[in-house]
Amino acid sequence: MSLLEIAGLTVTAGGRRVVDDVSFTVAAGERVGIIGESGSGKSVTSLAATGLLGAGLSASGSVRLDGTEVIGASDRALRPLRGPVAALLFQEPLTALDPLMRVGRQIAEPMRRHLGLRGQELQDAVRTALADVSLPDERIARAYPHELSGGQRQRVATAIALAGHPKLLIADEPTTALDVTVQDEILSLLDRLVAERDMALLFISHDLAVVARMTDRVIVMQRGRSVEQGEISQIISAPHDPYTTALVASARALDAALDEPAASGGSEGSGR
Amino acid sequence: MSILELRNARFAYGSRTVVDDVSLQVTEGEAVGLVGESGAGKSTIFSLLLGLAAPHEGEVLFDGQPLNRRDRALMRRFRGDVQTVFQDPYSSLDPRQRIDRIVGEPLRSLGIARGADARRAVADAVRSVGLDADVLARYPHEFSGGQRQRIAIARAIVSKPRVLLADEPVSALDVTTRIQVIDLLRTLRAETGLALVMVSHDLSAVAALCERTVVLRDGRVAEEGSTRGILSAPQTEYARTLVSAIPRLPAA
Repeated sequence: MSLLEIAGLTVTAGGRRVVDDVSFTVAAGERVGIIGESGSGKSVTSLAATGLLGAGLSASGSVRLDGTEVIGASDRALRPLRGPVAALLFQEPLTALDPLMRVGRQIAEPMRRHLGLRGQELQDAVRTALADVSLPDERIARAYPHELSGGQRQRVATAIALAGHPKLLIADEPTTALDVTVQDEILSLLDRLVAERDMALLFISHDLAVVARMTDRVIVMQRGRSVEQGEISQIISAPHDPYTTALVASARALDAALDEPAASGGSEGSGR
Repeated sequence: MSILELRNARFAYGSRTVVDDVSLQVTEGEAVGLVGESGAGKSTIFSLLLGLAAPHEGEVLFDGQPLNRRDRALMRRFRGDVQTVFQDPYSSLDPRQRIDRIVGEPLRSLGIARGADARRAVADAVRSVGLDADVLARYPHEFSGGQRQRIAIARAIVSKPRVLLADEPVSALDVTTRIQVIDLLRTLRAETGLALVMVSHDLSAVAALCERTVVLRDGRVAEEGSTRGILSAPQTEYARTLVSAIPRLPAA
């Protein structure tokens, strides 16, 4: 049994199929990517995986998370899964964090709930959790989200997501809102944490290079459908589907510009 | 001589200096990328170059003359010669106006052409961005993001400007559309000799279009030179960090 088994997932919004008959699995410890452009249904798929579809969206098919059927399950039945089984990391940490609560308490909350920690033990665990996401400064725990930089906020959101020791981390465009140097740091952090904790990773992104760095296997989505699945190296070097082919060619053209930039004016770089 | 120049420009919001002693030049026909991360001063420099804000120290020069907003003849020439494209093709086009009216707006407001001449110029501009003449009677909501950006580019080139200032022109677009709009800008430059100033956080888009790059950090120029030089042999620690942080595809 895989940790996440999605079979024939269809999500409709007002009669429109935003996810259309998508099937894939994520095994324990496996790293899987979903790549697609805007409107491809990749984010909705990730929300459906944890039963977090908003009002107005309805799902059919099957989503089994660690053996439990998610579709049709009550929120009460799903709550024990969120945290210890699967945790989510979103694009904009500011919307995921409570603006009125100090970040230390936001990390402590799921630890109290899922791990039953109290008192000094809980405080120590929060300190360790912050250190794990490379925020060793004690002042961070007492800060409010708006007092932190975008990168620090995403580190805090990561600490919260990992507080319940999930078996699967679902990261939906976790670095899209960040500067490129900060993105690099957060990707390294996630890479290390997923490896250290032997977690499975479902990584959703529009950026093929980022998905290639983070995952081994990828699902390509277009207009709600999974058009191609395979090893990332295979998808990049020999895509089969016409859409995947266009996507890879575009990404390849942009990547190639970095090696062969627009005709040089002759002057070399000069530092100041 | 440069068409556009910033000379020792400084700009502050209250006590916070966001552009600090920045000098840069744009010469006829060249493409310059202004790259940097949040807080680098990109947007403010863009506003200074567009004449939307005036520097607190230093100056903005257009064809060697200080940009003076009270000099109406100079400003009219400036508006015709220096046109702009913004990041978000959804908010930059007036939803209540037909495409022909949107694209022809600079011709009307600058008094460049009217009647049949204006219609011909609008039709030419729309054709040169790769859209059919039948788009002219339609409205922005009928178009995708990439098509809207083409319409915004048509509006920007209708007055036959010498410089196009583009603020993250492809950042909001999906990668397959992004490469098409980059190709369009490249073709327009080759055909018309249009100079391009592109503000972007995306070094690959800059590399695809601009032969020269200015790296900005905390309101200052950290490094400048050929895009090739900056990408292959950055001289400063910051440029090195920036270049090495770009996610790359594995070799095919």
